[in-house]
Amino acid sequence: MPRTPLEPRFTVEYLSILDSDGNLDSALEPDLSASELKRLYRAMLLGRRLDERMVRLQRQGRIGTFAPIKGQEASQLGSVCTLRPTDWMVPSFRETAAMLWRGWPIEKLLMTFAGQLEGTQPAPDQHDLPITIPVATQLPHAVGLAYAAQYRGDDVVVMAYFGDGATSEGDFHEALNFAGVWHVPVVFVCQNNQWAISVPLKKQTHSRTIAQKALAYGLPGLQVDGNDVLAVYAASKEAVDRAREGGGPTLIECVTYRLGVHTTADDPTKYRSEEEVREWERKDPLTRFVEYLRKKNLLEEGLEQQVDAEIAAAVKRFEAMAPPDVLTMFDHAYAEKPPELLAQRDELAGRLRGPDDAGSAPEPPSSPPMRGQRKTSRWQN
Amino acid sequence: MAVMTYREALNLALREEMKRDPRVFVIGEEVGLYEGAYKVTQGLLKEFGPKRVVDTPIAESGFTGVGIGASMVGLRPVIEMMTFNFALLALDQIVNSAAKMYYMSGGQYNVPIVIRGPGGPAHQLAAQHSQSMEVYFYHVPGLKVVRPSTPMDAKGLLKAAIRDDNPVVFIESETLYAVKGEVPEDPEFVIPLGEAIVRREGRDVTVVAYMGMMYRAMEAAEELEKEGISVEIVDPRTLRPMDAGTIIGSVRKTHRAVVVEAGAGFAGMGSEIAAFIMEHAFDDLDAPVERVTGANAPMPYARGLERAKTPSKERIMEAIRRVCYAERS
Ligand SMILES: Cc1ncc(C[n+]2csc(CCOP(=O)(O)OP(=O)(O)O)c2C)c(N)n1
Ligand SMILES: [Mg+2]
Repeated sequence: MPRTPLEPRFTVEYLSILDSDGNLDSALEPDLSASELKRLYRAMLLGRRLDERMVRLQRQGRIGTFAPIKGQEASQLGSVCTLRPTDWMVPSFRETAAMLWRGWPIEKLLMTFAGQLEGTQPAPDQHDLPITIPVATQLPHAVGLAYAAQYRGDDVVVMAYFGDGATSEGDFHEALNFAGVWHVPVVFVCQNNQWAISVPLKKQTHSRTIAQKALAYGLPGLQVDGNDVLAVYAASKEAVDRAREGGGPTLIECVTYRLGVHTTADDPTKYRSEEEVREWERKDPLTRFVEYLRKKNLLEEGLEQQVDAEIAAAVKRFEAMAPPDVLTMFDHAYAEKPPELLAQRDELAGRLRGPDDAGSAPEPPSSPPMRGQRKTSRWQN
Repeated sequence: MAVMTYREALNLALREEMKRDPRVFVIGEEVGLYEGAYKVTQGLLKEFGPKRVVDTPIAESGFTGVGIGASMVGLRPVIEMMTFNFALLALDQIVNSAAKMYYMSGGQYNVPIVIRGPGGPAHQLAAQHSQSMEVYFYHVPGLKVVRPSTPMDAKGLLKAAIRDDNPVVFIESETLYAVKGEVPEDPEFVIPLGEAIVRREGRDVTVVAYMGMMYRAMEAAEELEKEGISVEIVDPRTLRPMDAGTIIGSVRKTHRAVVVEAGAGFAGMGSEIAAFIMEHAFDDLDAPVERVTGANAPMPYARGLERAKTPSKERIMEAIRRVCYAERS
């Protein structure tokens, strides 16, 4: 008996609408209104300018380590803009632009990287998870949110972000598998920025694409030009609509590039060439979109100054904030405070008040105590 | 009161909570059609359907993460680990996500999940399936850890765990599933987390023990009664938050303490309990606190070796005699 090819054959498509030379496939051009296009561009510009400002703030010691997004604005905004506010956005640690779109105030993002817990606190009506540091662990959470939507019959879609490196983690595979088996409304957006710190994509996986990994789990996978905001938008819209209509999950691979450092603690000149970076700068997502808007006469005068002023005002508000209250460290360990934690909190509060009214330290005994004589215990029965 | 097994008590707790609260659902490997590797979820699929009794692919990290995600939007998943030893594959989800999401979100998302299943030494389950898994979890701020020793506790504490707004690690035992005991049928019967219980009153020495070791300590206490040593036994029930007050109170009365634990003793629960007895009741002690623990070695498969690794009644009795400065009679 001969070997026979199995049906259906699997295919993975690549989608590009506006290429790096500014060529447009007008048959595929998404139906975005002038105001939507302008809003998208403003968000991309804000993402870029804030990123550059944050790198400078970090260099000046005014905020801590963070992961810049430069080069990935189209991947983030073309996708996140297809969500409704009631949908869920699940970020990794490099989604500044997507978070801004979802309504995170600039100063909250700055607070996050200044160690102010409030910075990572989503507003009560905001359907976003906080940033996730352990790579790929947010992906099962996204499936859980989608399972909850299905459980309750809400027509909510979940969009989860992660990098190319994350696709090697077990949680990525487990999440895709669960999503496939349960057919839940989740869109996995991989920002393949070619690098996981110093590890290039070809050392991360022997697969030709990341998109094809979806096929193993029975989901559609699509590769898009991640620096083409129109292509990312079109692919995401299709996936979000499908998920909302009960069509199940999708994996979108956005082929993009991290133009900057992995984090502000990284020096990429150690592992990648200047030429490679130059090559990708030529494919900058903002440059081609600017040209596209110029042709449509949609570029606004003075937008850069506007955006910079917005950032400057937020930085000013951020820097006027008081440092975090030390005692807040005990606030969100548990939904309530167990006795052991309360005791530690009180002890620290006493020490912070200073020696005068700390008063709780027991007097040293003058002679060796007899059993039961000395109160060494802070425990009251 | 009804007499039922520990397994039936757990099952009843699940059933009652699922009836009471439509947000509660059960998820894990083999929990549906197969009704659980140890039959704790018996009948639930039939009663509540596949949306609320969810059989999963074999992926502990994945379904723990799914439970965490679902809990952040208000559902109350009860996640079954076929044995708690497999929770090691979900350790990051439990430690870095479940225990920290409330903190990392500035108090915005709590994670009201229960992760339950059997752990600890059983009968020849060998090195990878016999571990006292609580040690991996009670160290973590943000988690609560429960070890219920009796059918009544199994029911009352599981219900409390399901109603709790924090992630709760709830570790049962293979050796206790068939144990019978009285269990209140009142669906509002709940045992609050963080309350220890005095299982046996005594004057001379406090023994702190839970699960199988609690029963073994009971046997030791009965025998020592004949030697004139009166043993008080405190079962912490919840290991975190620990009811230190009850333990300290007992030690203040007896002036002596022995802590028993089934697993390896190095940096175990016994170390923590001995330390806080020393911190809070040093001057009440008439003898150094003793620990009786399992050997610091992997659990052997062979029956005789398994028995030798785990604290025996004799070793518990010896430790009690030592702290009482009593000669062997
Ligand atoms: C589980 C885990 N392992 C390792 C790390 C350290 N780490 C942080 S980011 C990173 C690379 C991630 O690469 P990728 O998924 O491609 O995302 P990118 O940084 O490129 O956005 C690594 C290894 C981590 N945070 N979590
Ligand atoms: Mg990457």
